[in-house]
Amino acid sequence: MSISPISLAFKKCKEEGRPALLTYTVAGDNTKKKSLEILNSISNHADICEIGFPHNTPIADGGQIQTSAYRAIKNGIRMKDVFQIVKNFKKNKNVKPVILMGYYNMIYQYGENKFLKKCKQVGVNGLIVVDLPWPENRIIAKKCKKNSINFIQLLSPTTSRTRMKKIIKDSHDMIYYISMLSTTGGKLKVSPKEILENYNKIKKINKSKNLVIGFGITIKTISSLKKADGLVVGSALCKEISKSIKNRQNPVTNVSNMVKNLRAKLS
Amino acid sequence: MKLKKGKLLIDQHDKNGFWGGKFGGNFIPETLKKPIGDLTVLFEKLRRDKNFLKERDYYYTNWVHKGPTPFIKLENLTKYLGGAQIWAKVVSEARGGAHKIYGAITAAMLCKRMGKKFLVTDTGAGYNGKMFSIAGKHFGLKVKVFMGFKDILRQKPNCDAMRANGAEIVPVYTGSQTLVDAVSEVMRYWVSNNDTTHLGVGSTVSSNIFVKICGWSTAQISRELKKQILDEFGKFPKKVKLLNCVGGGSSAYGLWSEFIDFSKRQFDFIGIEAAGPKNSKLHAAPLSMGAKLGVLHGSMAYCCQDKEGQINETESISAGLDYPGVSPLHCYLKDAGRAHYVARTDEDALEAYKTVTKYEKLNPSLEPCHAFAEAIKIAPKLSKETILIVNSCGDALKDRDILRQRLGKLK
Repeated sequence: MSISPISLAFKKCKEEGRPALLTYTVAGDNTKKKSLEILNSISNHADICEIGFPHNTPIADGGQIQTSAYRAIKNGIRMKDVFQIVKNFKKNKNVKPVILMGYYNMIYQYGENKFLKKCKQVGVNGLIVVDLPWPENRIIAKKCKKNSINFIQLLSPTTSRTRMKKIIKDSHDMIYYISMLSTTGGKLKVSPKEILENYNKIKKINKSKNLVIGFGITIKTISSLKKADGLVVGSALCKEISKSIKNRQNPVTNVSNMVKNLRAKLS
Repeated sequence: MKLKKGKLLIDQHDKNGFWGGKFGGNFIPETLKKPIGDLTVLFEKLRRDKNFLKERDYYYTNWVHKGPTPFIKLENLTKYLGGAQIWAKVVSEARGGAHKIYGAITAAMLCKRMGKKFLVTDTGAGYNGKMFSIAGKHFGLKVKVFMGFKDILRQKPNCDAMRANGAEIVPVYTGSQTLVDAVSEVMRYWVSNNDTTHLGVGSTVSSNIFVKICGWSTAQISRELKKQILDEFGKFPKKVKLLNCVGGGSSAYGLWSEFIDFSKRQFDFIGIEAAGPKNSKLHAAPLSMGAKLGVLHGSMAYCCQDKEGQINETESISAGLDYPGVSPLHCYLKDAGRAHYVARTDEDALEAYKTVTKYEKLNPSLEPCHAFAEAIKIAPKLSKETILIVNSCGDALKDRDILRQRLGKLK
C-alpha cells in the first residue's frame, strides 16, 4: 500500500526535525470565497489543513470556533459548498493534505456512504468526527480505510490506558491528543510539561503513529510543545478572523501572517 | 419495533445504549467517555443499593411532598365538558412546584456519592434550575444553572428563586437563547470541568445514562399514581388515557412508566407537544410533526432540523417545551405504537389555562396547559366511563408575566 499524503507530510517534517503544523479553519468563514483564499494562503506555511464543516449545535467547541461556525452558516454554507471548497483548494499547486472535521449529524443526514464517496472524489485525506468516539466509530472508520481516508481517533486526558491501547490499535496513521479537559480554544490550564508527559505515555504504546496535540495552542504556547509529531492551531485562527472583520481588515492576510509566525516558532 | 414486558423501559436498550436498535446511544466527545462511564457504573450500583434507595424514598415520599402528590377529580371541568371524567395528578404540589425536583434530588445524591462539590444543569422553564438550586442548597453543593437569555427574561419568578437559593445562573446568548442552547452550553462546561463537577441533565435527553437517570427519577409519579388509582377505583379501570405534555419528555415518561405493560386499550398514552404560535412555521413538535432522526446533545432521536442536519430554531410560549429534540424513550414508544403524540398551539394552551382556572382550583403552567388543551378537546367525545388523567406537572407562578401580557388581569 502506498504511503498516505498525511503520513508523507509527517515524514517530511520529521526529516526537517520539527513538528508538523496543522491548521483548523471553518469552511465558509467568513464567506465561501474568503475561506478558500485563507486556505490557499496558509497552505504556504501549514503542513496539514483541517477544514471544519460547521454545525449549529457544536457541543465540544468553545466560543471562537462557535463564532466561526455560526458566521459560516449565516453566510449560507452548505455541505456541497464545503466539498467545492476542498475541490478548489486541491487545485492549488502548493496543496496540503486535507482533514475534514465536524459533527456526526451532518454526516448522518448526508448519508455515511455518500459522504465518504464525496470526500474521496474531492480529495479529502482524513476525517475527524467530534461526537463519534470509539467504539461507536468503528464502522465508519473501516469505511474510511476502504476509501483511503484516514479516520483520526481522539484521545483525551480522561482516556484510560486500557482504552487508549484499544483505540490506538484501531487507529490509522494519525491520532489526535486533546491537551486538557476543555472545549476547543480554552486557555491552556495544564503545563506543557504535563501535556508532554501524557504525550510520551501515549507515544510509547505505539511509536509508529503520528500523534498530534491540539486544544489551547497559540503563538505563545506552541514552541513549548515542539517535541510532538504535530500541533494543531484552530481557535486562535478563528479568533483572528473575527478580529479582522471587526477591525475591517483582510482576514486572509492576517490569518496567513499568523500561520507564518506559528510556523516560524517551530523551526 | 416491540416493547419488552416485565422490564423497565429505561433498561430496554442494547449494549450500545440504543432503544429499539436506533434511539439514544452515546454521541459524545472522547473527553466525556470516562465521566459518563464512571457515572454509569455508579448509578447501576446505587440503584440496587438498599441505603441509597432508602434515602431516595425518604426524599421522594416525605421531602418532595408529605405522601404522594394529589390525585384529584376535576368535577367542575368534567361536568362542563360532559364526557369523560377528567382527573389530574397534581405533581405541581411537589416542593418547588414541578416534577423536576425528582431528578434534582437524584443528581444531588449522585454528586455527593462521587465526592464532587459542584453541580451543573440546564433549564428552560426555570423549574429544573430551581429544583437543582433547592436540592443543592439542601445537600450543600454549589449549583450553576445554564439558561438561555430569552428564557431568563420570560421566566423571571423561577430565576429569582434560583438566586435566592444561592445558585448561579449562567446566561446563554448563543443561537435562539433557549433550552437547546442551554443544554449545549452545559455540556461544553462539563467537557471542561468534569473532574470536579457533576452534570444533571434536566430531562430524559442526552446520552444514554442521562436518559436513564432522569427517567428513573420521574417514575416516582407513576408509582404513586398506580396506588392512587387502585385506592380510588378499587381496581384498574377499563379505559384510562394518560395525557402529558412532552418537551424533552421527563414528566411524560414519569407518568407512564408503570403502565407501559398494560394494554394500550386499557392505558392509552397521549403525549402533547408544542405546536408554537398558531400558523407559525416554527414549532417544538418533532414527534407529531414527523421530524427526521438525528443526533442532538449526545443521542439519536427525532429532531427538528433542516435537510443538512442543522438544528432548527423552535418557538413555543412554554419555555419547558421549547426544544427541538425529544427523549429517545418517546421515539421508541411512538415507533412501537405504544404512545401517540399530538401538538397543541400557544393559543390552545392559553385557552386551556382560562378554562381550567375558571372551573377548578388549579393553576397549571403553560406546559401542562398543552395537555389540558387536548383533554378539553377530546373529553366531550368520550364516554363517562373513560378516565382522562392529566399530569399537571408545573405551577403557573413562573408564567405570571406571560399570562398577564397575553390574558390581561389574572384571577
